[in-house]
Amino acid sequence: MASEKVKTFTDGNFDDETRQGVVLVDFWAEWCGPCRRLAPTVDALASEFDGRATVAKLNVDENPSVPGRYAIRGIPTLLLFKEGQLAETIVGLAAKEDIAKMIERHLG
Amino acid sequence: MTTGAHPDREVVIIGSGPAGLTAALYSARANLKPLLIEGLEAGGQLMLTTMVENWPGFRDGIMGPDLMTEMRVQAERFGTEVLQGNVASVDLRNRPFTISLQDGRNITTAALIIATGASARWLDIGSDRKLSGHGVSTCATCDGYFFRGKPIAVVGGGDSAMEEAIYLTKFASKVIVIHRRDTLRASKIMQDKAFANPKIEFVWDSEVIDVTDLTKGEVTGVVVRNLKTGVKSQIALDGVFIAIGHTPNTALFRGQIDLDANGYIVTHGGTRTNVPGVFAAGDVQDHVYRQAVTAAGSGCMAAIDAERYLEGLPSVDDAVAVRPNATV
Repeated sequence: MASEKVKTFTDGNFDDETRQGVVLVDFWAEWCGPCRRLAPTVDALASEFDGRATVAKLNVDENPSVPGRYAIRGIPTLLLFKEGQLAETIVGLAAKEDIAKMIERHLG
Repeated sequence: MTTGAHPDREVVIIGSGPAGLTAALYSARANLKPLLIEGLEAGGQLMLTTMVENWPGFRDGIMGPDLMTEMRVQAERFGTEVLQGNVASVDLRNRPFTISLQDGRNITTAALIIATGASARWLDIGSDRKLSGHGVSTCATCDGYFFRGKPIAVVGGGDSAMEEAIYLTKFASKVIVIHRRDTLRASKIMQDKAFANPKIEFVWDSEVIDVTDLTKGEVTGVVVRNLKTGVKSQIALDGVFIAIGHTPNTALFRGQIDLDANGYIVTHGGTRTNVPGVFAAGDVQDHVYRQAVTAAGSGCMAAIDAERYLEGLPSVDDAVAVRPNATV
């Protein structure tokens, strides 16, 4: 169960939602085991950074366009945007502390 | 040696695959209230599989992730506390042992069971890791979906490589298996399945020396070298799946417990390591069998060995050794 602090992005709202601030997007799918493992971490980060950074998920099954644009061919993948620009990428599983450090680096 | 301090726990288990969860189940049922630290790859390698057909008791097979969920819930039912987190370092030189987590917490324990498993090995050529997530993968069930109707390669010749190749034919237009030898290491049943699959082709005696194209940031192909002729050739592909085996997750313990030349934990007399009170189970100490059921079996052994250690009893090994002389 995703935390209510985690936003849901789609092909339709992606550009608007990532335009401002620091935004972490978790690319995932229902059938991806490691994505399910990462989900509680993403939930926790959404609470931790509430009000300072946006944390969102994008389902690659339902939204093929954005993953195509960023040449995503493996999930989970985390993309970090700052003011609409792609700033960092993490492919595969990562520890909550490491993802938090990455977000902090861009909050400055 | 300074002791005195009462440890937080009697048993801590690091790792949450079949070995760790079975150790937890047995420790919990022995009333040791174990703490199990999940680690990054929670659930272990079975989380990356689909149907598991060789876990006894499921005549029609069971999905790997479902099996791990069942094991975890079963271990929790008897009092295992599962902690989501990663271990940053351990101190096995002083007693009680100290486990330091990445979030800064420290936990002390009288006994430790190491079940950190093994992780997929990469090619050691650099370009494969850099293109991870952009066409190079070590997890067919995670990433096969992205290669519908596209040609891809699987590198390796063992059971895992054949399983991945067969699974990937559901998506890919063609699966090329690239193997260093001219015969497969895979079991007969997997070989037969792979050879019978019309979508699978083989490139023998060849090693991958490069994955292209780093400048484009996505996979366009591989460069292979034939090990017999030395001839290099380029194969155009959209994806590369690497299935060349695993390396044990023992970096945390290096220098504190005995490891073999390949980094596996050395065990003796069941699951004992060279440090009394530290036990190892599953793939972290087994490069021979590497099955879910053998991992679970050694997890059970580790729990029993740890319980005997905590009770100050002779180990199972010693008990067996004295039996011939015992009067019946």
